[in-house]
Amino acid sequence: MTMRVMTQIKHETNDNAPIKVDVKNLEVYYGKFRALAGINLAVREKQITAIIGPSGCGKSTLLRSFNRMNDLTPHSRVNGEVILDEQNVYAPGVDVVDIRRRVGMVFQRPNPFPKSIYDNVAYGPRLYGIRRRADLDEIIERSLKAAALWDEVKDKLGQSGMSLSGGQQQRLCIARALAVEPEVILMDEPASALDPISTLRIEDLMHDLTKEYTIIIVTHNMQQAARVSDFTAMMMIDEQRAGQMVEYDRTTTIFTHPKNKQTEDYVTGRFG
Amino acid sequence: MSNISFHQRTRRKAVNVIMLSLTGIATILVVAPLLWILGYVMREGLQAINLRFFTDLPTPVGVPGGGILNALVGSLMTVGLGVLIAAPLGMLAGFYAATHPDAPLGVLLRFGTDVLSGVPSIVMGIFAYTLIVLPQKHFSAFSGGVVLAFIMLPIIIRTTEEMLRLVPGSLREASLALGAAEWKTSFSVMLPAALSGVITGILLAVARAAGEAAPLLFTAFGNPFMNVDFRQPVATLPHMIFIYAISPYADWHAKAWATALVLIALILLLNIAARVWIQVRARRLKG
Repeated sequence: MTMRVMTQIKHETNDNAPIKVDVKNLEVYYGKFRALAGINLAVREKQITAIIGPSGCGKSTLLRSFNRMNDLTPHSRVNGEVILDEQNVYAPGVDVVDIRRRVGMVFQRPNPFPKSIYDNVAYGPRLYGIRRRADLDEIIERSLKAAALWDEVKDKLGQSGMSLSGGQQQRLCIARALAVEPEVILMDEPASALDPISTLRIEDLMHDLTKEYTIIIVTHNMQQAARVSDFTAMMMIDEQRAGQMVEYDRTTTIFTHPKNKQTEDYVTGRFG
Repeated sequence: MSNISFHQRTRRKAVNVIMLSLTGIATILVVAPLLWILGYVMREGLQAINLRFFTDLPTPVGVPGGGILNALVGSLMTVGLGVLIAAPLGMLAGFYAATHPDAPLGVLLRFGTDVLSGVPSIVMGIFAYTLIVLPQKHFSAFSGGVVLAFIMLPIIIRTTEEMLRLVPGSLREASLALGAAEWKTSFSVMLPAALSGVITGILLAVARAAGEAAPLLFTAFGNPFMNVDFRQPVATLPHMIFIYAISPYADWHAKAWATALVLIALILLLNIAARVWIQVRARRLKG
């Protein structure tokens, strides 16, 4: 717990941080169904932005728009812009691979590849042509250290990633994402499948990561959003069942003085 | 609980006993003939089996001794060639079917696979005869291998497709989210995850093909002599069983049983080896 206090002192919310990702009038359609309606969201650099809201309000759809994972869903269509450092990721001619290298992702359930711990982390760097053993060794050590997993696995890098515990697996997946040196990390309920201790470790880790990375996290857990994030975006569905942004502010404001009645009801646990 | 009468409870228990007995009887009815066949083949086959049976060539009627070396080699050649053709082709097609289930070509492939697996193997034999044997003007181990490949293909395509679909979608997403291309994801992540199942499918296909006699009648044709040339006819184990079994000689009947025993044992060994390998691999992955 001491480590937790220390990290919280180190990381402070910065209202004036430059904007890293700017979502402008984003609409996502699945076939004829409009899943997201006119989303606007300015994500600040090296801050943690939480996206909260009831089930089915489009949180994950929004998250998956940042690295174009929605492209994988058949019949999906996107209007509007997601601007990553002045580049619209949905502009024609943009290389999806380049976007995904810059915007990493951690999933709800730990999903290590059925490979060794080493090969799991080396997977991304190898994709981008890094072959020399010494270079890979260095990347793997750095990534595992950044994911706070190195001390636990440094003597068994050849073992299967699936032999680790759930919390370790999730940190391995974070290390795997860090290995390609992304700028933004998307986390889709990264602790929902983990026990409380492992959850705490992931949350501590997120604070450490803000030194270098911009983090966007989707979470169902109000306390988690309040604990870890600097900014919070509250989403709801409108009458046509499309997800929309209700309120976006500093996390402390959202949880203490929300301007919107729906937000207040939600964060105080009156529904959702 | 008090509103359930004694009568109802007795009835429930009785139905339970009856249903359990029925499933038990059905199980025995299924297992019994299997054991019976195995036991019978063993009893009959072991009488004619000795070491020379594996190392000698067949002898003419009346000459004592003789073995099935030529058929062992011939089966190895035809099944080996078949799997060399069918495994890569079937796995790649299975990949396509799994990754493009709704594409017109994927639908066509699935339909074609279903039809292909329903074509009687003797029809496959005639087909291969017309396609390969007639133009080449002679029977050959090569044509036998090709026809066995056709028999293996649907099994390999189907199992590859199904095993790939069982791989959690989150693994595929994790790879794609790292910027990997679809094909890279398929080969570096999906295939290793599905490998045990895919290998099992290939072995099932091999076992099925190794037992086929009908399509080899017009292709590998059979050969009482030793041959290792793919352009020439070869003997195969199932075909050998056929020839020995329809002969009027008691000595050859015994050899038919012995050959059958060898064939069954080989298939069984193949299955056991595959299972052991898969378990070792699974244990290594779990750590």
